[in-house]
Amino acid sequence: MMALDLSQNKYSDVSMEEKDRLFAEAKADERWEHVLYGCYECGICVAACPSARFYDFSPRVIAQAVAREDTDLIYTLMADSIWDCSQCFSCDRCPRKNSPGQIITILREVSVKNGLKSAKEALQGYGRIIYKIMLTGTQVSPDMLQPDAFPDWGTHVYEIAENLDDWRKALPPETLHTTETSWVIDDKTIIELYLIWHMTGVMDLISGVDEGLYDIIVDVMEERLEEAGYDDVTFD
Amino acid sequence: MLHLPVLKADERKHSMDTDKGEKVDLTDAIFQLEKEGEWIVQRVPEPYIELDTKYGRKKKIPIEHTWHHKSCGQCGHIPGYSASIFWLNREFGLDYHDPTNQTSCTAWNYYASATSNPEAQAAVAIRNFASAYEVGYFPLIHCGTSFGHYKEVRHALVHQPELRRKVKAIMEKLGKPFVIPEEIVHYSEWVLAMKDRIAERQQLDMSMITATVHPACHYHKLIEDDAIYDSEIYGAQRTAIISGTLKALGINVADYSTWFDCCGFGFRHILVSRDFSRSFSVQRKIGVMIEEANPDVTVTHDTGCVTTLDQSQFAGKAHDKKVGLPVMSDSQMAALAMGAHPYKVLQLHWHNTDNKAFLEKLGIDHEKKWSEFQHEIQKIKDGKNEYMSWEDAK
Repeated sequence: MMALDLSQNKYSDVSMEEKDRLFAEAKADERWEHVLYGCYECGICVAACPSARFYDFSPRVIAQAVAREDTDLIYTLMADSIWDCSQCFSCDRCPRKNSPGQIITILREVSVKNGLKSAKEALQGYGRIIYKIMLTGTQVSPDMLQPDAFPDWGTHVYEIAENLDDWRKALPPETLHTTETSWVIDDKTIIELYLIWHMTGVMDLISGVDEGLYDIIVDVMEERLEEAGYDDVTFD
Repeated sequence: MLHLPVLKADERKHSMDTDKGEKVDLTDAIFQLEKEGEWIVQRVPEPYIELDTKYGRKKKIPIEHTWHHKSCGQCGHIPGYSASIFWLNREFGLDYHDPTNQTSCTAWNYYASATSNPEAQAAVAIRNFASAYEVGYFPLIHCGTSFGHYKEVRHALVHQPELRRKVKAIMEKLGKPFVIPEEIVHYSEWVLAMKDRIAERQQLDMSMITATVHPACHYHKLIEDDAIYDSEIYGAQRTAIISGTLKALGINVADYSTWFDCCGFGFRHILVSRDFSRSFSVQRKIGVMIEEANPDVTVTHDTGCVTTLDQSQFAGKAHDKKVGLPVMSDSQMAALAMGAHPYKVLQLHWHNTDNKAFLEKLGIDHEKKWSEFQHEIQKIKDGKNEYMSWEDAK
């Protein structure tokens, strides 16, 4: 287990103004007042936390850091800790009604929005998932079950990959005869999804962590939107 | 690792906690917002069955006219899970709709990567709800994360007028109504509501089977008040879904000391940091279940849980860990009990951990059943059938 360096010297090259600005962004989130009320330091969140058993990770430390508004420490945790969270929300057992898991969700969003190096590193290798969900509306398609992607799942993945087309055709629900998406999704629905991404600024978040991926996704979306009559919708 | 003695939670004497805890009953607020013209509330269609939630609120579970909000992980990687839900509906002759205008809730990606925001997440949810409303069917959510996330979205929409305004504007641009369902209903709640009818039609004796249960974190930890509890199941101290269903089928539901623990899925971890998922799943869940309860099967009810608990065992075997426990969903167990084909309907060949001994214990000739499935595959290969139909799956 790698020990978390909380000495606060590690990110001394980042200015306090920048650390304060990032925390202010998190605190301005509309959910903030519903995820942090105080902290009894009871440790129930840590006891329930799966990540705390395998990483030097503590939802209690994160809750206390944000409660104290210790922006120096919060920056360290954003850089080195928050991506270890499992987002299972076992920590919602907090007797103070905090949700350390949701504090982390918000801190992750701020990290992504600001293109922090730690966010880019945490999402290395994750690009194909973002590509799939943004463009097709389903996240894990049958054709992603490939041995090179899941070598630790054993020989059974080879068998699935080899028989994929036939096995998908041998599924009784008519909507599941697909390999590139989890089920049949009609074109109109995909266009509506792209319009949601456009209206909510989600693509800007992806641009912050992977510009190349952003360009590829936007090219596909703009082409399909144009075909559907939305010539004026661009992501620039 | 320290192992606690098995706790025998079902032998403890407790009762439902109806006057304690924070109650987050949004029913009045949801209907008040409708009166104020903020949105349309889609009523639970009749017939429905009322089940108790954690603090005693009666939750309406629709029996039919359901719009099946499918799970991308289930349909993509463990499709017999979804097929079994549909098979159960068809066996009971219930009216349902399997839509092609549904997207994923996109919450797996949101919890994994944070490359989204509350506005987008709420708009995706409401677009799906609107699609169900437009065809007159009520959403039945297949995925535990979709279920938990949609409850979070509903909670946010009730409490955040600015978020409602933004989502309403998006729906107007899409030409869709702003609809919120009266209840957010998970399919396991439907299976539990149907348990007596399932037991009446049971073809396989399952009384020799011991099962452990793992409930999905996002089912009973996110907006915990809205999960189903029953005084007869663990004295209403644990959610009743899965356990209640299995008990109705005559299965011995065995306890183990890490019941409350997560499966190790981790959203991001299962895709790009699986060392954590594998270790947690094998050491804190599967290994503990085997050591303390020696079950024939473990039954869970979510995309992530089935995937993590099942797929992680291959690597555990390489490290001589206690593994080899078949993993199935409650829908698959219910369908199997009613006589569904293990490969044509349950599609067990998509699962990783060997389940042949489990099938043998139930008296199922898995070699014959596999041969029957291969016959259907051959018909597809020969061009005699384009697909395997529901009729072929009988």
